[in-house]
Amino acid sequence: MYFSEHNKKGWRLLGVPFIFAIFLLAVPIATMTTLSFWTQDYLTLIKTITLDNYKQAWFQPVFQTLFARSLIISLTVTFITILFAFPIAYYISFYGGKRKALWLFLITIPFWTSYLLRMFLWKVILGYNGVLNSFFEWLGVITEPLTFLLYNSNAVVLALVHGWAPFAILPIFVSLEKIDRSLLEASNDLGDNNLSQFFRIILPLSMPGVIGAVLIIFIPCIGDYITPKLVGGPEGLMIANMIQVQFSKANNAPLAAALSVTSLLIVGIISLLFVFLNRKYLRNY
Amino acid sequence: MKKSNKIFKVIVIFFLVFLYAPALLLPIFSFNNSKVISFPLSGFSTIWFEELLYENTLHNALFNSLLIAISSTILATILGTLVARASTRYIFYGKRISITFILVPLILPEIILGVCLLTVLIQLGLDLNLWSVVLGHTLLITPFSTLIMVSAFNNLDISLEEASLDLGMSSFQTFRIIILPMVSPGLISSLLIGFVISLDEFIIAFFLTGVEPTLPVYIWSQFRFPAKLPSTMALGTILLIVSLILVSLFEYFRRRMELYNYYSVGLDQK
Repeated sequence: MYFSEHNKKGWRLLGVPFIFAIFLLAVPIATMTTLSFWTQDYLTLIKTITLDNYKQAWFQPVFQTLFARSLIISLTVTFITILFAFPIAYYISFYGGKRKALWLFLITIPFWTSYLLRMFLWKVILGYNGVLNSFFEWLGVITEPLTFLLYNSNAVVLALVHGWAPFAILPIFVSLEKIDRSLLEASNDLGDNNLSQFFRIILPLSMPGVIGAVLIIFIPCIGDYITPKLVGGPEGLMIANMIQVQFSKANNAPLAAALSVTSLLIVGIISLLFVFLNRKYLRNY
Repeated sequence: MKKSNKIFKVIVIFFLVFLYAPALLLPIFSFNNSKVISFPLSGFSTIWFEELLYENTLHNALFNSLLIAISSTILATILGTLVARASTRYIFYGKRISITFILVPLILPEIILGVCLLTVLIQLGLDLNLWSVVLGHTLLITPFSTLIMVSAFNNLDISLEEASLDLGMSSFQTFRIIILPMVSPGLISSLLIGFVISLDEFIIAFFLTGVEPTLPVYIWSQFRFPAKLPSTMALGTILLIVSLILVSLFEYFRRRMELYNYYSVGLDQK
């Protein structure tokens, strides 16, 4: 009785949002997947099921390069960001004192300002006549503008790290906060030094936060359109740019759909891998 | 211990400089009296702000963005509140999987959301307009609203609600008089964050907007013209200030909820 009452009331509340998600999420993903098995001849869709789009998406060197680059860039960004974020989250959690909330607020503010403008600013900073070059020339450090700053993968990595780092700190901070401080006292009493304490207690216990941060950064980065388009140049373009081109200029929606489904698969596999690693890692402790 | 503390402090300060320095360029160059964005600065001027006053396309884009942001934020907050209430108050079949499903947009790259929605709209033969963007943004913001509202409802003492029902109030009265005021900081937080997300969202709007530009789509189109750079910087300065105000308000209401735990996805914690 009690349970069925809960069932009724629960679903009465959840019904509308659930149906909304079915129509705007499940149906679109299903449609896109279907489309990826069709082909397009100029403006007419040919609705015979074929794997041609996937053959192209997976085996043509252009797409392989783009997938590989997107993967490498987003993994690099993720790695650098975590390397940055961990000590900062650690500092706030262990030495933040009464000002923890203020520190967190300071770090998260930039995340809520326009992503588009922040990425664009990197173009302004790194450009040929940009802020950095003109500043160095003004100082007399260089005579010719540096050209290696903008329009390559490194610029994309730099801008993305700047864009996502604030968001990586939060989950790591939360998991560090959850660590029982008496465990640290115990390990000190039992003769651990700071380093071994870090590797034997703090790092393993904060792993869920690190994995959370990895997913929070990796997923949006691999599908990022704005940053590679603004600061990547031809050498720094990523898969999202190709999806957009296939959809609009190249007018090949089915291929764009196949590229999207493939990206989704890559994101899914890598995310599951990280979640699985996390489970396995935690079981050992 | 003392020494390592110092090293960390240096890292944190370095990081904050890295984080904020680019944003500082916006006000610097939007008040700079020069068409090129470079050092040395040439003088103080407000012409770039004045130029914004005469940009009709900009005003149109701003209006579109506000319309989209307000509609999608309200819709998403209603949906998120329903999900959060169901999640925190009732135990029912399929709860975990259906709520996880609603939260999926959090972990999908935005370009995939855009492509999916565009495909459906094209297949259905529907026109692209501002309402298609509203739907896309509602889908995107609902998970954020849900997480914020879950922590608001988690804060709610269930015995207050039971007491009110025992004392003869109807469930609607209980909702209006007891529950709603107690979760209102959550509601306001959700509205503010949703508004900021929608106002800034580019890629879904870029795919779904058709011929009517939103503010980010307008800004994107301005990037192609070097002559428009300084006034774009001026626009950026205004946007920066607006988001700072909104996010500070958000922080204020979030503190009123006295919660730090909504950052962690803890749907079932009770």
